[in-house]
Amino acid sequence: MAIPRPTLNRVRALLRTFGELSITAGLVLLLFCAYLLWGTSSYTLRHQASLQEELKAAPQKKEKEKLKIGKAVALLRIPRLGRDYQYAVVEGVDHENLKRGPGHYPGTALPGEVGNFVLSGHRTTYAAPFNRIDELERDDEIVVEAREARYVYRVTSQEVVMPDEIDVLAPVPHKPDIRPIRPTITLSTCHPEYSAEQRLIVYGVLKSTEPREV
Amino acid sequence: MYAWLWRMLPGGLGVRLLTATALVAAASAVLWYFVFPLLEPSVALDEVTVQK
Repeated sequence: MAIPRPTLNRVRALLRTFGELSITAGLVLLLFCAYLLWGTSSYTLRHQASLQEELKAAPQKKEKEKLKIGKAVALLRIPRLGRDYQYAVVEGVDHENLKRGPGHYPGTALPGEVGNFVLSGHRTTYAAPFNRIDELERDDEIVVEAREARYVYRVTSQEVVMPDEIDVLAPVPHKPDIRPIRPTITLSTCHPEYSAEQRLIVYGVLKSTEPREV
Repeated sequence: MYAWLWRMLPGGLGVRLLTATALVAAASAVLWYFVFPLLEPSVALDEVTVQK
């Protein structure tokens, strides 16, 4: 049975349009991936510039005040990840805070304080500050330059945990009932890369403190 | 669809090419600066915190 030519033409036109829309959707998705990987970084780098400026400009505080969400806490340096590796740490771990840089969990210890100084940072988007923390090895240095002093932590271990294992945030990680006696640091990011399945955790302990002259 | 759009563009080949490029650039810019930032939070590609 022959299909009438006008019908055939309409079906062709419909199919062609569908194909064109599909290709367009594919290109838009590719562009979205590019945005996630590179476009988000420019946002972070712009905010990092002003946060680092804030840290330089801020006057020495007499006493440790409670940090306000969104304010710069300290400068984080990890020599193993490169001499230029430095990020201003933001107070708070909400989506908005983490877009601007690694975030400090409110309520956990401050830099150098006895207890656990806990930071989270992006692994793949928003300049990906914690992209390579899986490369950290035992005894590598994590330097936290706060306003009053320069704290050097050394890496002790790393592990992969499930996203709801909040024990890693405890003053003594994994031991929520024990009172801390040492200042420690904990870094968390997503694992594996490009996934929200698990979390990669790096632990460290304070090695030395150098007061800063202001 | 694109063939129809191409026919709708005024001018000769050069002008059409320029207009088409400008349209693609404009569409990309709208996506990049307005649509993608709105979509980004709903993509759980990079969840980094530990919480209950």
